[in-house]
Amino acid sequence: MTTSQLTPGVVAGRLRAGDYCTNFADVAPPLDGHEARVAADRCYFCHDAPCITACPTGIDIPLFIRQIATGTPMAAARTILSQNIFGGICARVCPTETLCEGACVREAAEGKPVEIGALQRFATDTMMRAGPQPFGRAAASGRRVAVVGAGPAGLACAHRLALLGHEVTVFDARPKLGGLNEYGIASYKAPGGFAQAEVDWLMQIGGITFEGACALGRDIMLDGLRADFDAVFLGLGLGGVNALGIPGEDLPHVTPATDFIADLRQASDLAMLPVGRNVVVIGGGMTAIDAAVQAKLLGAETVTIAYRRSRAQMPASRVEQDHATANGVKIVEHAAPVAIHGAGAVAEVEFAYTAEGAQGLHTLPETFRLKADQVLTAIGQKLGALPEGLTLAGRKVAVTGAGRTSLPGVWAGGDCTPGGEDLTVTAVAQGRDAADDIHASLMA
Amino acid sequence: MANLASEFVGIKSPNPFWLASAPPTDKEYNVRRAFEAGWGGVVWKTLGLDGAPVVNVSGPRYGAIYGPDRRLMGLNNIELITDRPLEVNLREIKAVKRDYPDRAMVVSLMVPCDEESWKFVLKQVEDTEADGVELNFGCPHGMAERGMGSAVGQVPEYIEMVTRWVKANSRMPCIVKLTPNITDIRRPAEAAKRGGADAVSLINTINSITSVNLDSFAPEPTIDGKGTHGGYCGPAVKPIALNMVAEIARNPATAGLPISGIGGVTTWRDAAEFMALGAHNVQACTAVMTYGFKIVQEMISGLSEYMDTKGFTSTGQIVGRAVPNVTDWQYLNLNYVTKAVIDQDKCIKCGRCYAACEDTSHQAIAMGADRVFTVKDEDCVACNLCVDVCPVENCITMKELPVGATDPRTGRKVEPYANWTTHPNNPMAKAAE
Repeated sequence: MTTSQLTPGVVAGRLRAGDYCTNFADVAPPLDGHEARVAADRCYFCHDAPCITACPTGIDIPLFIRQIATGTPMAAARTILSQNIFGGICARVCPTETLCEGACVREAAEGKPVEIGALQRFATDTMMRAGPQPFGRAAASGRRVAVVGAGPAGLACAHRLALLGHEVTVFDARPKLGGLNEYGIASYKAPGGFAQAEVDWLMQIGGITFEGACALGRDIMLDGLRADFDAVFLGLGLGGVNALGIPGEDLPHVTPATDFIADLRQASDLAMLPVGRNVVVIGGGMTAIDAAVQAKLLGAETVTIAYRRSRAQMPASRVEQDHATANGVKIVEHAAPVAIHGAGAVAEVEFAYTAEGAQGLHTLPETFRLKADQVLTAIGQKLGALPEGLTLAGRKVAVTGAGRTSLPGVWAGGDCTPGGEDLTVTAVAQGRDAADDIHASLMA
Repeated sequence: MANLASEFVGIKSPNPFWLASAPPTDKEYNVRRAFEAGWGGVVWKTLGLDGAPVVNVSGPRYGAIYGPDRRLMGLNNIELITDRPLEVNLREIKAVKRDYPDRAMVVSLMVPCDEESWKFVLKQVEDTEADGVELNFGCPHGMAERGMGSAVGQVPEYIEMVTRWVKANSRMPCIVKLTPNITDIRRPAEAAKRGGADAVSLINTINSITSVNLDSFAPEPTIDGKGTHGGYCGPAVKPIALNMVAEIARNPATAGLPISGIGGVTTWRDAAEFMALGAHNVQACTAVMTYGFKIVQEMISGLSEYMDTKGFTSTGQIVGRAVPNVTDWQYLNLNYVTKAVIDQDKCIKCGRCYAACEDTSHQAIAMGADRVFTVKDEDCVACNLCVDVCPVENCITMKELPVGATDPRTGRKVEPYANWTTHPNNPMAKAAE
């Protein structure tokens, strides 16, 4: 029996074979040379440019755009990558509309910023096509650093440390390098295996050993790492997910959106991946958007994002929201889940309307129900189990300066620490800066 | 990264990018910022004699010409030489040179046309430990009315005379800055060489009125209802400057005379082009006045990348490389035949090529159904106008017809090289040897 968009339940193969390829193609195809030249021409080369300030990694954007404009994209790539070794993936996944492009003076002038993200991709793609990563290592320092977590923070830290001459061992509970770049980003943002290709390219620096499927607290212990290495960097990410805390949450097909995305990213054949006919995504961030859009692209008949506050308050940017709605996802605002109903499997989600009052957000007595045979929860992630001895700041690992934790010789960065907005680019900046601080401390 | 180290008339600098004598080099504060940004050298804004300094207007000093998107293409200025006391400038020059010994520090000079004045000012400059002097024979406004600047530069005998004084009274390398406001740039360059100049720099600014205000009927920039001609510079003047540099480089009388190329240098590519035409280094001004000192970073990375790509290991390998290919019209190959080719995949169907060719050239482009534009080889004279007006880079290109092929326009076979000097239509033609 063949399945279609109308097949009830959570099933695979809702689409025709060829549709998967079309649906999961590059969401923002690269600029060709002519397009890049035209786009680059629009940059005003501002002084002390707002776009640089808005970039967590502080890339000299006017300079790299000028280098593209003058026909030297390799020099442009070097300008980008010397600040942000993950310039390639950041060009694809950064919410540029709230970062560099949001700050562009041409956004103020005409409502049309310079296409910084696309230009960054043009330059970094040029270099990655051309060959190996361009940086050489300093003379061997004889120092060894352990990096726990192979996501953007950990690998940015590892690359910078290797560059500075240190030997680095990277540990990760997952078998592959990349962290959220590999397991957490919507696949249409980095198609064609880009995340792995970028990591392979980055690792060419040398001096970095990877120990996969090696979890902190299970296979390795922080105390052991501190004893065996000269310094430790923790780029743990957020291993746990927040629970809804409502009845029916344990019904089958109620799962974290992050798991759904990770399964999708690792699927060898998207046609084998089950998805509901009616999918409800609860949350308002990028994870909610990524999960909802991909559920739709997999062939779900209806996909609804339900968010308890207004659309303006969603952590996902307007551009992300528009991307979702353009793909047929419905966004329902002011809806707080109160129960999940179903006998043996999820059938409906019940929401209460909400309102903003003097005391903050509160639910109203009136409720409504959405049909659902799959519910994806995306109401935030939290730290997983932590080693003893680390001081917390709220729900994250407390750090001072460039990622120094309360334990001597232990640094941390990325989503497990406060201060960022859980963005790839912020994690890269924190990993890089921690590496510089580790270096200064080791060489002192 | 290629080594950009440069030596010009014995003056070393870490790269061939200098700032021209102009407002950006008028003060210690600016010059320090320029060196911090990476500029290889500066020519300090022109000093005059001791005593009461010149006075500048306090209305607008600049006017501009824009390209699309308000891109500044040309700048015109009516500012005079430095209006700060000589002693202050000299003190600052000395302080900056002491702190940046690896950068080139050249001092621009303009004093009245008598040997004593030059002797006096040269002694003052020597005491600063500056690396050399540049004689400002180019400034076309204000100072020229007082018998200096381009008033000297337009008379080769004066150039020679003053240059001789400078060489007789100073150990410093002497660069003579030439005005383009003349009919033949070779004559002043020859005069400078005869006077003993170590190098020439060019071009200085071009006499110009940038625009006229159609309400007040006064030229811009307007000072209290009146305007005057100013000195034009920026990207718009680059083609004029390139030609003048090439003229001097290929003139047997001045061949080998070091040249500092000036005129619209904005990117690494501009610099490389000047150098290929014989400039040993370049000086920039309008570009930094538009974008700030930081642009030198692009010039450094760009020239390095270009040199690496070409396998050049020193900037000297670029200098003059295009000079042998600059020739007179009469030596161009009249048997060379090309035809325009439109890449239909790149064509955006704007029709600009058609309008240009149909209205103003040889009616050699056909417009078909669905706005498909194709070249009629039988009418195409290869004027290149379609290439020039096409908004898409490399959409229209010129394809060379090989020797032996038939040119559909003339029906004749393409012959090997032959030029006007032997052409049968030339009444002065000599038989080919």
